[in-house]
Amino acid sequence: MDVIVYLIPIAILLGGAGLAAFFWSLRNGQFDDPDGAAQRILFDDDDEPAAPRK
Amino acid sequence: MTAAATLARAGAPPPALAASAPAGEAAFYARREADGAMTLNAMVEGIHCGGCVAKIERALGQHPAVVSARVNLSTRRLALRWNGAAELAESLAARVNALGFKFVPYDPARLAAGDRAAESRLLRALAVAGFAAANVMLMSVAIWAGRVEGMEPATRDMLHWFSALIALPALIYSARPFVHSAWGALRRRSVNMDVPIAVGVALTAGMSLFETVNGADHAYFDSAVSLVFFLLLGRYLDLRARGQARSAAERLLTLNARSVTVVGSDGAAASVPAERVTPGAIVLVASGERIGVDGTIADGRSEVDTSLITGESVPAPVKPGDLVYAGAVNLGPALRVTARAAGENTLLAEIVRLMEAAEQKKSRYIALADRVSRLYAPVVHLMALATFAGWWLLMGETWQHSLVYAIAVLIVTCPCALGLAVPAVQVIATGRLMRRGILLKSGTALERLATADTVVFDKTGTLTLGRPALADADTFDAETLRLAAGMARNSAHPLARALAQAAPGAPALDGTREIAGCGLAWPRPGGEIRLGSRAWFGIDEDAALEGDERASAMEMWLARPGLAPVRFAFADAPRPDAAGVIGALKRRGYAVKLVSGDRAPAVAAVAEALGIDDWRARVTPADKNAFLAGLAREGRRVLMVGDGLNDAPALAAAHVSVSPSSAADISQTAADAVFQGERLGAVLELIDTARAARRLVRENIGAAIVYNFVAVPIAVLGVLTPFLAAIAMSGSSLAVVGNALRLARRRSSWT
Repeated sequence: MDVIVYLIPIAILLGGAGLAAFFWSLRNGQFDDPDGAAQRILFDDDDEPAAPRK
Repeated sequence: MTAAATLARAGAPPPALAASAPAGEAAFYARREADGAMTLNAMVEGIHCGGCVAKIERALGQHPAVVSARVNLSTRRLALRWNGAAELAESLAARVNALGFKFVPYDPARLAAGDRAAESRLLRALAVAGFAAANVMLMSVAIWAGRVEGMEPATRDMLHWFSALIALPALIYSARPFVHSAWGALRRRSVNMDVPIAVGVALTAGMSLFETVNGADHAYFDSAVSLVFFLLLGRYLDLRARGQARSAAERLLTLNARSVTVVGSDGAAASVPAERVTPGAIVLVASGERIGVDGTIADGRSEVDTSLITGESVPAPVKPGDLVYAGAVNLGPALRVTARAAGENTLLAEIVRLMEAAEQKKSRYIALADRVSRLYAPVVHLMALATFAGWWLLMGETWQHSLVYAIAVLIVTCPCALGLAVPAVQVIATGRLMRRGILLKSGTALERLATADTVVFDKTGTLTLGRPALADADTFDAETLRLAAGMARNSAHPLARALAQAAPGAPALDGTREIAGCGLAWPRPGGEIRLGSRAWFGIDEDAALEGDERASAMEMWLARPGLAPVRFAFADAPRPDAAGVIGALKRRGYAVKLVSGDRAPAVAAVAEALGIDDWRARVTPADKNAFLAGLAREGRRVLMVGDGLNDAPALAAAHVSVSPSSAADISQTAADAVFQGERLGAVLELIDTARAARRLVRENIGAAIVYNFVAVPIAVLGVLTPFLAAIAMSGSSLAVVGNALRLARRRSSWT
């Protein structure tokens, strides 16, 4: 069972990576418009201007 | 105040007119960025779905100067970027308006940026707490299982250390909202719910660390972290639910800081922010523009829509020398106004101040949860102290062990259930109301609603729909109605629009000419056909007034050569379910009153039709305030339902207030709740939901107290283990949330 000495930190690191990814996406504005993001995939014209970068 | 008093009448603005944005406004809000591009933020009303978003973005994207146009569907806001002059904003705004949306530019710096930041902070804290709770709980399960299976103490200690490693940084990060709030309360020498939470979490974490260092059996990291996670979840949902309602009310800010056109002594016109206009300056008001200053008419004859200020739905004719107030809309030809007051000194600003003063008074209301915690916190802390003293002094335990028992009391009483008791109900009640088109803005609105015993209604726009409709439309022959409606279609006058609506099929007639203050004329070979006010036709006042005095302002006449003039009377119809709602309110034991700025006969007619015995007419905003204050002195708790700008101070002063979403922006801001649609039943729905919510909150608090009666002796006796604490805490929290969920399943009493 000594292997848990390695496994637990690895599990925590992986979880931490997920948390970091969430923080990144939050800061990146991925959660600013959840309703709009769900609908945008249905727009069929691609001549609209690029989204502004933050 | 006195100016407001002499001016004010009850009622609502015809929404479309009050909302029309003056020309030149969009350019005023455009900002030049460092890289030379112009940016503009706007709220776009009327967006329902992704299709609207695509339509707006496509229309704007086709403009050659536009760099980017991005609509946020969640917040109904548009971020626009283009190269070139600020004035381009006008044509871009026009493109959006032409699609049938309403483009309302705003200054993002003026919006409640703090709220968004707070929401984002809470979300980050929630993410960290959730991560920590899940991981620590995994290890706790291993420890509990190990207790049965016979885990080595070394393994247990290692798991404790891992728990500490995750829990302590996570707690330091995510418990900050509670610590801040608790510290703020303590500094004000008061106690709120966050004080026992902060103390409990800090002591639990500290003791668990102490136990871990000493290699003891029990560590309570899981309790501390999951407590913080659950409480943050409740708080985040609560803030989100109310944030949506608030953003609807933020539109008020667009009323201020408009620009006006000032004509200089050399005749040159310049666009100037309204608050910088000096008294005596000549302000040009174009047709359809909102007047930005208080002043007198210097030149021009027109009609102004003063509904925003007076609530009068029929436009008032103005001539040189007449007084006009900021917020009124010029419906006719251009006017020149000599400014008397601008910015902070206008009547509009005065009403806003009156309202803010009343609002401050209301913010002193203390939420039930805080009142409970005022009792709860000292009792819990005294009990922990007694446990410590009891074990140490009476039972002869070591002080370390005694401290462990005392902290166990704090952990088990940690107000998890109590902290969730109110937010859980709030979130479900808010969501339930939102699905029915009712937005709750204030956190304590439900509690205050549940205690109301008197309902005071405004008339125009609240009990009634607030827009004139043609009365007895079927008594006119189709030909006459068609002709009149066809002519009326050419005018923006509210009565003309009501007439046009009465015959939807009638096409607009070409060649009509509008004469301000009089009506419409249509030259025909056989002579002119006229549609307009009684005064224009010189019809004998006395003959026309016969038996129908109250309709004097709400009528139009149609004159054709060789035919007797036809009279179209208009009435402001009550909301379709108003009578039923009033009846239901009375059956529930509420005192129902009607207070209006309108003329007595009109108020009496509505009161009689709806079965309200207690009514007052010709009440000014200040009198409304005094009336509410009088009711409050009698010990009554008043629910005020109103919509006009003149109601705003009363809405803010009442115990609790509701306004329809067609109300003036300022009233929506003042009210605790806003309902959409034509049905007054929303008021009933609100009251019933609030009462149900209050019952559930009380049950929840009761359940939390009963739980404590069971759990505290276990802790005081020193037999509490982390396993028992986790079971007890999550059990009580689930019970409380499950009880709150009953509100969502409840059938609507009024559909």
